Amino acid sequence: MPQKELIKVQQVNKSYKNSEGQARLVLETLNLTLYEGEFVALVGKSGSGKSTLLRIISGLIKPTEGDVYFNSTPVHDPVPGITMVFQNFALLPWLTVLENVELGLEAQGIPRKIRRQRALKAIDTIGLDGFESAYPKELSGGMKQRVGFARALVVEPKLLLMDEPFSALDILTAENLRNDLLDLWHSDNTQIKGILCVTHDIEEAILMADKIIIFASNPGRIHAEIPITLPYPRDIQSPEYRELLTTVYNYLISSEGNVKHKTKHKSPFMTRDNKIPAYATRLPDVGVSELTGLLETMHSQSKDDKVDLAALAEALHLDVNNLFPLTDALVMLQFVTIDSGHLLFTEAGKLFVAADILQRKQIFAKHLLTYIPLGRHIREILDAKFKHRAPKEYFINELIDLLGEEETDKALKVIIDWGRYAEVFAFDFDADTLSLENPQ
Amino acid sequence: MFYYKSHRPKYISPNGWDLVAMLMILGALSVLAWGTAQMIAPYQVGQSLPIYLDPSCLPEYAVYTIVRMFIALLLSLIFSLIIGSLAAKNKHAERVLLPLIDILQSLPILGVLSITVVAFIQLFPNNLLGPESAAIFAIFTSQVWNMTLSFYQSLKSVPTELHEAASIFHLSKWARFWRIEVPFATPALLWNTMVSMSAGWFFVVASEAISVSNQLITLPGIGSYINQAILSADLHAIFYATLAMLIVIICYDQLLFRPLLKWAECFKPSQSFEDTLSQQSWFYDLLAKTRLLKKIQSFFTVIKDWFINLSFLKISNIKYPVLPLPTKNYLPSTLFIWYTALLGSTIYLTFFLIRFIHQEIGLTEVFYVFYLGSITGFKVVVLVLLASLIWVPIGVWIGLNPRLAVICQPIAQFLAAFPVNLIYPVCVYFILKYQLNVNIWTTLLMILGTQWYILFNVIAGVTAIPEEIFLAAKNFGLKGWIWWYRLILPAVFPFFATGAMTAAGGCWNASIVADCVKWGEHELIAVGLGSYITQYTSQGDFPRIALGIAVMACYVLTLNHLVWQKLYNFAIKRFS
Repeated sequence: MPQKELIKVQQVNKSYKNSEGQARLVLETLNLTLYEGEFVALVGKSGSGKSTLLRIISGLIKPTEGDVYFNSTPVHDPVPGITMVFQNFALLPWLTVLENVELGLEAQGIPRKIRRQRALKAIDTIGLDGFESAYPKELSGGMKQRVGFARALVVEPKLLLMDEPFSALDILTAENLRNDLLDLWHSDNTQIKGILCVTHDIEEAILMADKIIIFASNPGRIHAEIPITLPYPRDIQSPEYRELLTTVYNYLISSEGNVKHKTKHKSPFMTRDNKIPAYATRLPDVGVSELTGLLETMHSQSKDDKVDLAALAEALHLDVNNLFPLTDALVMLQFVTIDSGHLLFTEAGKLFVAADILQRKQIFAKHLLTYIPLGRHIREILDAKFKHRAPKEYFINELIDLLGEEETDKALKVIIDWGRYAEVFAFDFDADTLSLENPQ
Repeated sequence: MFYYKSHRPKYISPNGWDLVAMLMILGALSVLAWGTAQMIAPYQVGQSLPIYLDPSCLPEYAVYTIVRMFIALLLSLIFSLIIGSLAAKNKHAERVLLPLIDILQSLPILGVLSITVVAFIQLFPNNLLGPESAAIFAIFTSQVWNMTLSFYQSLKSVPTELHEAASIFHLSKWARFWRIEVPFATPALLWNTMVSMSAGWFFVVASEAISVSNQLITLPGIGSYINQAILSADLHAIFYATLAMLIVIICYDQLLFRPLLKWAECFKPSQSFEDTLSQQSWFYDLLAKTRLLKKIQSFFTVIKDWFINLSFLKISNIKYPVLPLPTKNYLPSTLFIWYTALLGSTIYLTFFLIRFIHQEIGLTEVFYVFYLGSITGFKVVVLVLLASLIWVPIGVWIGLNPRLAVICQPIAQFLAAFPVNLIYPVCVYFILKYQLNVNIWTTLLMILGTQWYILFNVIAGVTAIPEEIFLAAKNFGLKGWIWWYRLILPAVFPFFATGAMTAAGGCWNASIVADCVKWGEHELIAVGLGSYITQYTSQGDFPRIALGIAVMACYVLTLNHLVWQKLYNFAIKRFS
């Protein structure tokens, strides 16, 4: 049956310029179509540009190149018919629930009486009656997000965009709200013709969507599309569900030059000579104790030094945003490898888990200097410097043009944490200096 | 509950623009002064209004003072909304406005008043409106910069998600301003208004009776009542005036600000424990119970809706802003003209300033004025140190007794608001009576009003220390000196730095009044920049006033940027 296109994204590129005028590519030649009646989930590691895509579709951000069509008309600004539910609710604290819901109608210039009627109806539909005169700060997170939904529904949208709508909620509340949303979506009580939802919870994506689109990062692009045809309500225990889960994890693992340094893709930074030193690599934002914790949990759960990634994530309640930085870091440090949805200990990884505190530090130091180019680079600079010290500023300046401000801060924060643990170098917070000396 | 803690505008590091702004302001002032000096010849002060010392006249005078304060407050608010949003939304305006405000903040208000009062009198000749406007303008300048910075800072920190929601739901720029930006800024703006207000009382009293060019200009009000009392050396009258001032400040606090603060609670995104404790207002509760107020409220809601949704403003804004909020792209030629005009006027005003001062005054006197400035600076530093030595231990002691802190905190805040220039004459009386050293004892007057900032900030700092830390300290047996320098002093330091900074700023301003005090026939003059400005003000020697103001602004700016801001930033980085 020929389906009607609701949203069409054509050849969209998005790049941001840093202060030096260099462009950083966030989305690369992206094509996507959302048909009427579809619920699509966007999944990807953090920084893969899925939120940026959502904002481009909504008209909040303009693409650098390419076009977005909504019902075959191009989108340049926020248009009526597309609405959004936000991660942190974006409610106005100084308006009551009712006034918050009325906000969109008020802006359309709808008379007071009518907008009140419509708002009350939306509040009713979403299960908020009784809370009309409450202020957002009196509500729990779940109730706040219900206000967010009511506010979005009341303007009678054709397309509902959701930016990690359940990620600020606790597990039980999220589940409850998800079910209510699915009921609403299947009930035909609304005008909504399509839903596009950014999420980092894979389970959530499989439970709700008709199609999962997996993003790859650096630069952001579509890596895979997985249609889901399981009937609702979906059963977490069913073998089909488990199979899908493994598939999604496998796609996510392969969604980046996950192993060591990506060489295949063009760097997101287009420098003049296109030669980027190895130390200018992003580092996943994880601390040493998290890494050790994960290795220890793996150890206790592993059979033949092998752990199922999906099962591990489930057991530790880790979503995409939490799990993959950890596994990325362990792979970078060569304590584990990844093979078809499983984490495998390397020899060094096994040694590390078995070692005592001091031995662990030594192993970590060796791997830091061997496999993490930024760690080695800092050590080499400090070795060469007079008095073996260098201001943090020095490394910031080296990295900032290549990584951008945010990634530079992150990388230095991480490498300082790792370096201090491994006692490879020291950092003086007051003086903002890295050095080789340890405090007396 | 304390001033300045969370809403302090972020420190903006000085750059070349500071210099430009500095030269422009001082230059513009000297133009104003020169102009007024030209005009002063044919000027005749009308009849000087008689001030009666009968206490029954005081209520009337108090009303005048309150009205002046209120008008200035309103003007400051309007100015903050306009200039604050201009600075937040236009990059090119921001570049000029921020340093301008920074400089304007450090100008001695009473020194500038002596120039502006003549200008305003010329503007409204033979009319009381002239001196009235000057007095209101002085109060305005004592409040407005702080408020503008606060509003600017708030606009800059509106969460992106709120902007996005506004765009998704098609709010026009006008609706966005009133629905999102102004409410978001309200709590911080209100706090800063309150802080500014406490500074304002000092200036309202000082600006009501000012002598310029050997003429005493008095406006009916508590300030001139006091002035009259000083001239006739009437202690009773001073007592009545102090009482009246107390009542006025309490009324403002209880009937205006406390209810407003309580009301502003609903603008905060979440209710913190601290807030629920502090924002109580019997008057608000009273109003909330009345039926009439509900009627009025719903009436205002309708008005507000109509105002926010004004349709003609919507049509002109059919394009909804796209994120990140675009900085308008001006034509290069427009920008060129804008910056050339800035540069040109800066150069012109600089030359004017130099010529204006240099025509009358030799280089030696300039150096002499800088020397006077260093004396005043020295006094300020010593005073702040002395006040710290006294108030930090007391503040810590009060802060450790929660029940005492609840009582003392509002009292300290109230004392900070009280215009101490009211009781300067009493001090003079004692100095005369006991033949005390003028240079030492009048100096103390400078910090009389502002020392409280140190006290209540320290109290706030101590109460903010988590209970757990005290328990841990007890557990490990921390005592004596170690307890002070490992626990209390670092924990309180950021708060102390804020308080000391405010106190020092207040001292500079107070020096203009405190260096030169009168009682009946007697006049006590201390050596310092303050008395230099005051003396030449009463003589109407405008080049020297301009020089005095410029030098004082130099000192305040230098100290602010080299000492206080560094200290504050260090405190924030290291201890919080």
